[in-house]
Amino acid sequence: MLNGISINMYIMLSAVLFIIGAVGVMARRNSIILFMCIELMLNAVNLLLVAFSTLHVDAKGQVFVFFVMAVAAAEVAVGLAILSMIYRNMKTIDIDELSKLKH
Amino acid sequence: MVKLIGLVPLFPLIGFLINGFFGKKMSKGLSGAIASIAILASFIVSLLVFFDLLEHPDTTSHVVSIFSWINSDTLHIPFEFLVDHLSSLFLLIITGIGFLIHIYSIGYMHEDEGFSRFFTYLNLFVFFMLLLVLGNNYLIMFVGWEGVGLCSYLLIGFWFKNTAYNNAAKKAFIMNRIGDLGFLLGIILIFVTYGSISYGDVFGVARGANESTATAIALLLFIGAMGKSAQLPLYTWLPDAMAGPTPVSALIHAATMVTAGIYMVVRSNVFYIMSPAASEVVAVVGVATALFAATIGLFQNDIKKILAYSTVSQLGLMFMGLGAGAYSSSVFHVMTHAFFKALLFLGAGSVIHAMGGEQDIRRMGGLKKALPVTFMTMFLGTLAISGVFGFSGFFSKDEILAHTYEYSPVIWFFGSVTSLLTAFYMFRLMFLTFWGGFRGTHEQEHHLHESPKSMTFPLVVLAILSVVGGLIGLPEFWGAKNWIGEFLEPVATQPLNMLGHDQEIILMSIASVGAIVVIYFAYMVYRKNNVLPLEKESDMKPFQKLVYNKYYVDEVYDFLIRKPLDFISDILSRYVDKKMVDGVVNGVGTAVDGLSSVVRLLQTGNISFYILSMVVGIIAILFYTFIK
Repeated sequence: MLNGISINMYIMLSAVLFIIGAVGVMARRNSIILFMCIELMLNAVNLLLVAFSTLHVDAKGQVFVFFVMAVAAAEVAVGLAILSMIYRNMKTIDIDELSKLKH
Repeated sequence: MVKLIGLVPLFPLIGFLINGFFGKKMSKGLSGAIASIAILASFIVSLLVFFDLLEHPDTTSHVVSIFSWINSDTLHIPFEFLVDHLSSLFLLIITGIGFLIHIYSIGYMHEDEGFSRFFTYLNLFVFFMLLLVLGNNYLIMFVGWEGVGLCSYLLIGFWFKNTAYNNAAKKAFIMNRIGDLGFLLGIILIFVTYGSISYGDVFGVARGANESTATAIALLLFIGAMGKSAQLPLYTWLPDAMAGPTPVSALIHAATMVTAGIYMVVRSNVFYIMSPAASEVVAVVGVATALFAATIGLFQNDIKKILAYSTVSQLGLMFMGLGAGAYSSSVFHVMTHAFFKALLFLGAGSVIHAMGGEQDIRRMGGLKKALPVTFMTMFLGTLAISGVFGFSGFFSKDEILAHTYEYSPVIWFFGSVTSLLTAFYMFRLMFLTFWGGFRGTHEQEHHLHESPKSMTFPLVVLAILSVVGGLIGLPEFWGAKNWIGEFLEPVATQPLNMLGHDQEIILMSIASVGAIVVIYFAYMVYRKNNVLPLEKESDMKPFQKLVYNKYYVDEVYDFLIRKPLDFISDILSRYVDKKMVDGVVNGVGTAVDGLSSVVRLLQTGNISFYILSMVVGIIAILFYTFIK
């Protein structure tokens, strides 16, 4: 029990968040939305890590979450820079249009 | 002194490397000198080792370890040399005659463009031959055995621009390969039976095996000897091997390599003593070969071919002796044969040299004035091979025949007939070549000249050896000492000759008188009545025609072995190779091609699809893990 809520609830929430993220990545074409969905998946995992960290009274999980957030932030910074460059060159950020490397 | 034995094969190897790598840049004189000096150095060391052995009669064999060669779990084969009375005798024959033939080759090959290549091969041959007789186990012998086969191939096909010569070389190689398979199987059987292939280990416990194993080993080894020493039915390569330069015929195909089979049988004599059946096979094959080849020799017209058939026949006599248990007598004959047959070949080479390449004795005649030294030396060699009383061949042949008589009078009879035939065809060759009128072209007659000193010197030395070489094996009933018999006693125990002195004298008289009568007969036919060999085959009587064509053995082999093999190969090629093997290979290719053209469609380049497949995959794996 964490703050009066069962651990199962945390697991469910994080699973739902993760699935929303995963489906979003698969279904959507817009790169920005894709990014947001990836963030959603990462944070679903973070939530689970923090929940279990508190449950087991072990700080290692929280430390790990900080790393994930830092790397995610860096990733977003680089990713958005790439996206803006792609947009300048291609006038689109639809991932299906980005097939220049295919052939 | 025995420790220096490693130097004996080392010198020819160095000579081979120098000539092989730098021969083309060197002058002919230097190239020939290096090769000859290498063999001379080996000869000197061999002599020192030989005298060392004579001085210390108590230790009859020395094992000199060179390095550890093969070392795996249960298989340990050291690279060791065995120096004993048998190998030291062979060392002297190989390096001594090898040196003389090197000297001769300097003169004989003078004009040849492949001069340094010739000496490269020759040195390599001597190296492998020394390895063959020096090795302390069957594997080293086998390496030498294959090595001399290779050199024989290279030297028979030395003039490789001629297709016929190349075919002769291939024939020699392939015929030998058949024998080598038997030899190899023999070695494997020895290893399986005794767990070792070192002579010392094997011969010590050889009697532990049963007789049928010994028979199998002895026969397999003998198959190897059949190939290398040109016995029935694998002899046909040797006459064709005359395609090589004449010094090669003298060194490899008369004096040394072809006697490797005899060396091997003598070395392995314990198996033959254990198995009377195998010995009988050896004796019968030997005498059959001897008689067969001698009859072919009667009607040949190529001077080298006559000598080649004579070699096959003499080797047959040696095997006949081996089969009868006369091991040291056979080695004695190997030695005297090496002297006079090398001499005869070198003499024939000198004749061919003078005749500008002509080898047909029908085109020769009356050469004794133009080639006095060649004539004299060859005449002495002919007397020796014919077994005329007092010459070296007489003593060695007589010893073999005496032992054979004791073993089986029937085999003795055929052996004696062979030696009489030998006297006949050799004197036929002499009379047709050196007496009578010249039958070649005017150009050739003008060109006739005695060979240079470098060629006549070896002839003279070999002639002296052919005359006096018999003194080392005088018959015991003369009250003389049979030196070679005693010398070889530690290696091969030869049963004592139980014949009475009277019997032996009778046998000896029969041989001597027979030889004289046959020589007189040859004299009557070819000198007095000036009978010349027929030019046209159609004039010949049936038997003569049969023999002239070498009993059509090559044709029979062609029909019985080559044609069916060709037929089977053709079928295999057409159906198995082209249809089945190619079909499978091409089928795999087509299948991969077809499959990939389908699978390729999965690679759409659509990222969402990739991610979807990935997620589906992960879910499937998780699902699988949970269910399990």
